[in-house]
Amino acid sequence: MEHGSFTDNSAATFSLTDEDHTIANAVRFTLNQDPRVTFCGYSIPHPSEARVNIRVQTTGDPAREVLKDACQNLMLMCRHVRCTFDKAVEDFKASNAVKALKIDSQDSSGDDSEESE
Amino acid sequence: MAEGAGEEKKKFSIWDLPDVPMGQLLPHLELQRSRVSCNKDAPIHTESIQYSGAYASMGINNSSRLDRFSNNFRVEVVRLNEDDMEFDMIGIDAAIANSFRRILIAELPTMAIEKVFIANNTSIIQDEVLAHRLGLVPIHVDPRLFYYLSENDQPNEKNTIVFKLHVQCKRGSPRITVKSDALKWLPNGSELVKETRNAASDSSSKPETYTYFSCSQETIPEFVKNLIIPKYPDIIIAKLGPGREIELEAHAVKGIGKTHAKWSPVATAWYRMLPEVVLLEDIEDDLAEELKSKCPVNVFDIEDLGKARRRRATVARPRACTLCRECIKGDDWEKRVALHRVKDHFIFTIESTGALPPEVLFTEAMKILEDECERVITELS
Repeated sequence: MEHGSFTDNSAATFSLTDEDHTIANAVRFTLNQDPRVTFCGYSIPHPSEARVNIRVQTTGDPAREVLKDACQNLMLMCRHVRCTFDKAVEDFKASNAVKALKIDSQDSSGDDSEESE
Repeated sequence: MAEGAGEEKKKFSIWDLPDVPMGQLLPHLELQRSRVSCNKDAPIHTESIQYSGAYASMGINNSSRLDRFSNNFRVEVVRLNEDDMEFDMIGIDAAIANSFRRILIAELPTMAIEKVFIANNTSIIQDEVLAHRLGLVPIHVDPRLFYYLSENDQPNEKNTIVFKLHVQCKRGSPRITVKSDALKWLPNGSELVKETRNAASDSSSKPETYTYFSCSQETIPEFVKNLIIPKYPDIIIAKLGPGREIELEAHAVKGIGKTHAKWSPVATAWYRMLPEVVLLEDIEDDLAEELKSKCPVNVFDIEDLGKARRRRATVARPRACTLCRECIKGDDWEKRVALHRVKDHFIFTIESTGALPPEVLFTEAMKILEDECERVITELS
């Protein structure tokens, strides 16, 4: 739901239902990073009601487009974080496997030398 | 004459000074932007400067483009076990890290016991207390294999797991403790028969139970070899004296932590910013010994410089610092040691209760944030 003015669509308040700080703070962060935004903020009118008001004021671009771009940026950031995380976990597991193999081979070579003596 | 004097006065610009870096922040501003200074009384510069035009008057573009984020962002895994993991995220902002933490705690689905059908309970534990305790038992099953059960649905093999608990303590035998391994999985569904009004008409057909399983859950490929059991078999559920009995059936459904904490998949998940300890001046000999003994977690080490016979203090393990501020208590220590926190380096710890391994939990949390964003985008278009 968008509360704005018909004549000037560069400033609007978006009221999202079933949302809370989780997405509102993240979207507010990506909105702030956009150079077209002059003001952005969010508020929760009442904590018992799951509703968030996000206020966006821009330098001329329609506020709706800027908010959509911010959400897209957030999605891309998430995807990048996910890929990096998966790769880091795989690398960690691989290096641990290598370490375990090395320890095993060291142990077995130690046993062999003891047996030969 | 006046014009001559006017022409000789050149305009003075701060950028002409030789030691001002172009396009970068001055060092004290960079400290303000990227570090939280933990002083003796309170931390300062705690807010993150996100606004894209924050340093516009200096010609610095603070807006983050995705490519800059992609290049600078790193993840380093420190510890990864079956049940918990610790990893570092470098280059991300507190808003996003907090969103991940909130989703891990409250919005990832799990299976937990919701409805308990008690046939017989003569123990001293009240029915509702027993049901509450059963709900908190973590179940070792992947919640992604199940659907949510809404009010209009009937409980079937795709959205319910049925457990049975039947324990008895015979007269004359000592007290027994009922642990969570007494919960037996019923893959064929509920065995409690519903009472129907027309008993005569139902005599030929199978009696109606509380669940409507069309096939046994054992036939589902994921459960052929893995039984569904509680993750920890030694959780105490109740204690029975002689002559007491508990007979009940428990149905587990899918839910999220927001509704009730029993559906939270993490014991907890938390993050902290990387601590940074800076020695502002060289600390030698006695002062160095004093500094090393002050720290309760041994952050400092003494380095022997050998021939010069001066022993100097160094920061050996800044990551272990708990910011207890012991090293800056006392006179003059604030001039020698500075404590900071790096604003974009987060040390995340996730402890899973057992349904899913922690790295899978984090991946699912990110998927949920992406889905939420998509929902907002479709609402806007």
